[in-house]
Amino acid sequence: MKYTKKDWLLAGLTGVSLAVILLLLAVLLGQIVWHGAPVISAEFLTESPDADMISGGIWPAIYGTVFMTLLMTIAGVPVGIATAIYLSEYASPHSRIAKMVRIAVNNLAGVPSIVFGLFGLGFFIIFVGGSMDAILYDDTTPVWGKPSILWASLTLAVLTLPVVIVTTEEALRTVPREFRDASLALGATRFQTVYKIVLPNAKGGILTGVILAVSRGAGEVAPIIFCGAANFLPYLPTDLRDMFMHLGYHVYALATQSPNVDAARPTLFGTVLVLLVLTFSLNLLAVIIRARSRAAFRS
Amino acid sequence: MNEPPEVAVRAPSQASNDVKMETRDINVFYGDNHAIRDVDFDIADRSVTALIGPSGCGKSTYLRALNRMNDTIYSCRVEGRILLDGENIYGRGVDPVEVRRRVGMVFQKSNPFPKSVFDNVAFGLRIGGEKDKDLIAQRVEESLRGAALWDEVKDRLQRSALGLSGGQQQRLCIARCLAVWPEVILMDEPASALDPIATAKIEELIRELREEYTIVIVTHSMQQAARVSDFTAFFYMGELIEHGKTENMFTRPTRKRTEEYISGRFG
Amino acid sequence: MTLRPRRAKSKLASSFRTPLWHRVAERTIALLALAAVLAIALIFVFIAREAVPMLWEAEFAEEVQIRDLFFAKEWRGYDEPVFVWQPVGEPAKFNVMPLFIGSLKVTLLAMLMSIPLGVGCAMFIALYAPRAVREVVKPAIELLASIPSVVLGFFALMVLASWAQATFGFHFRLNAVVAAIGLALTIVPVIFTISEDAIQSVPSTLTEAALALGARKYQVALRVVLPAAIPGIAAGVVLGFGRAIGETMIVLMASGNAAIMELFDFTTSVRTVTATIAAELGEVAQGDPHWRVLFLLGVMLFAVTFVLNILGDLFIQRLQKKLTAS
Repeated sequence: MKYTKKDWLLAGLTGVSLAVILLLLAVLLGQIVWHGAPVISAEFLTESPDADMISGGIWPAIYGTVFMTLLMTIAGVPVGIATAIYLSEYASPHSRIAKMVRIAVNNLAGVPSIVFGLFGLGFFIIFVGGSMDAILYDDTTPVWGKPSILWASLTLAVLTLPVVIVTTEEALRTVPREFRDASLALGATRFQTVYKIVLPNAKGGILTGVILAVSRGAGEVAPIIFCGAANFLPYLPTDLRDMFMHLGYHVYALATQSPNVDAARPTLFGTVLVLLVLTFSLNLLAVIIRARSRAAFRS
Repeated sequence: MNEPPEVAVRAPSQASNDVKMETRDINVFYGDNHAIRDVDFDIADRSVTALIGPSGCGKSTYLRALNRMNDTIYSCRVEGRILLDGENIYGRGVDPVEVRRRVGMVFQKSNPFPKSVFDNVAFGLRIGGEKDKDLIAQRVEESLRGAALWDEVKDRLQRSALGLSGGQQQRLCIARCLAVWPEVILMDEPASALDPIATAKIEELIRELREEYTIVIVTHSMQQAARVSDFTAFFYMGELIEHGKTENMFTRPTRKRTEEYISGRFG
Repeated sequence: MTLRPRRAKSKLASSFRTPLWHRVAERTIALLALAAVLAIALIFVFIAREAVPMLWEAEFAEEVQIRDLFFAKEWRGYDEPVFVWQPVGEPAKFNVMPLFIGSLKVTLLAMLMSIPLGVGCAMFIALYAPRAVREVVKPAIELLASIPSVVLGFFALMVLASWAQATFGFHFRLNAVVAAIGLALTIVPVIFTISEDAIQSVPSTLTEAALALGARKYQVALRVVLPAAIPGIAAGVVLGFGRAIGETMIVLMASGNAAIMELFDFTTSVRTVTATIAAELGEVAQGDPHWRVLFLLGVMLFAVTFVLNILGDLFIQRLQKKLTAS
């Protein structure tokens, strides 16, 4: 097909859009790697920061991020998978409950992250934590009713719930109908069919979704600002009531509240690089698993 | 799972044609679509009954009502009574799961699980709660022999079922169905996706199985119905037009519509 | 072939007892499925719970008049009624309009940048790019989408702001423009993905018909494909808008955080609703009027995104109807 001048014009304009986006992405990644890589060292990754937070390492932030992400996953993933199983295998598509759940999931996906922070504060910390304190303890010093890694993890579990639900449901949907029919025709109950046939065949897709949710949750900062993240802690969180340091929060705090931002630049870039490497590796893992399970399915 | 109690077995040649299933005033709706109308029909024990008719006439829908597989389709509603040995399978409190253990089904397109041959055949027993490994192994061999597949797979029981040919997969599905001791086997165009040789094997298998099981087979091939069945029922546009002994249906049909279909005037 | 003994006639009652844990598991699944619904309800209830007392609390009424939250007021020391957000002032001034305007400015500017970029990129990929380019670009955009917003905010703060100031000579280093560029980086993947889907979903029968009539490719693109993809693109835009309005970290780090009430000059610093909540809540005592107003902002934010979500869903439904009918 011959292209006219106007064709070239359109192709050019739209191509420029692509170029702009790719350029920005390249500059972003390039700057971060360029300024961040020199800072990465064994000490940087394994030591605690000095009191001024500019020198020293970021180990507590790495630890806190991983710990929190683990808690978040344990709390959120089973709920998300159960919801997806219910929507895909049990609920009739026309049932009102299924519609309500879907609407709720859609809306949950659109709630701003800072609103989740308010939720964590208003529900988990003040209501649940506060009630626990009132029931369990006499004096007024808050034990559970204050920011902690527990509440931050639960808040993020709710935030990432839609991701798990949507990807798991998609994975369940790829299991062919014939398998379910064969199983039911042999006298299996719906639960047996789900447990023995559907879930094992959807493993890859479900795992992909979980990893994507983990990656998303590890990078969110706004919800944990007043739910448990701390600027500087001289200890590692060992108890659910402890506060914790966090890679993303560390970047935010250093970039906006450090008394000497220029001196903190190297640490900042290094921390951002570590955070990016973490999220990218998780996403890459998810992509690999998804590709592998698709290939296995086809053969 | 308990051992089925021993009862004297009737020799095949004396197999009378007791009624195994009765369907009374059956109406099936998909939403507002009245798919099956007022079907009244008995299915004879230890025989092969063929359901024939043009596509879309409702024979598959009727078949699926016999083991309550229609329950899995949300918009589907079944009215009427279907009696298995005198008891209504749509009665109150009847668990469809229990019905399906007694009334098995083989589908048009073979659908083995992505598991080994052994695990496929053992599936029904395991979900039924059977834990005895020896019993399972014995039953798997019996079922594969019953489906005329044992010799072809006995050396590759642990290999994936998906590696078998189309015809072998379908016989595997039959073996899987046999393993749970069904009394009735429903077959929905079991050979339509197979080549003539595989089809012939399936038809031979059906003739053998008839001695032990009640078989209801949906087929779009009248020649197949004539070859394989003892009784035939002709469906048209959701209604049961005529039914009776196969030889009578094909040589002396009483209804004009039946005669037209059989002679190929439409289909 | 073995003859099997006939099973004695059994009643159609279950001879196989479902293990208890099967039943427990099914009940649990059904219960857990309600978690999402519960979550949305709890979010709304417990945020409103912190804001609603402002309607009757005496302590609140002393400091703030509800109408002053939204309307201009002539404070002492000013010549005329103004919209001012200055919670730490004496007296504390809680007008939310500068914050709304700030959010709108940044969001609209970001949408203005993102829509042409996202749609243009989608059109290029769908219509002109060779397969090889497509295989590279789609993962690149996915990569962009996976970058946490705190990293984008950092990028805007550290790199973009300096570049922008050097290039455009802004008076404020951190302003609505810089924040908008940072926001655009997170919106473009949303618009791109949904637009690309919408464009690919346009049935090839339509494009073939147009080509058969002698149309050139750019005519097919602009007169047939793009119009057919509009509902999908619109859904993407609504979704992107919702994302932008609710985005916190980027604006928190790159917008300058000055609650300046300025409608048309985009080169001033701004303060968005989201950044206000994030920055100020940590400093406020529980139950303070300031606390209540911040939670009120949260309620309003939740309501806005809720409505936008429903709108977006409606668009998607219309899109599906259009496609299945054609």
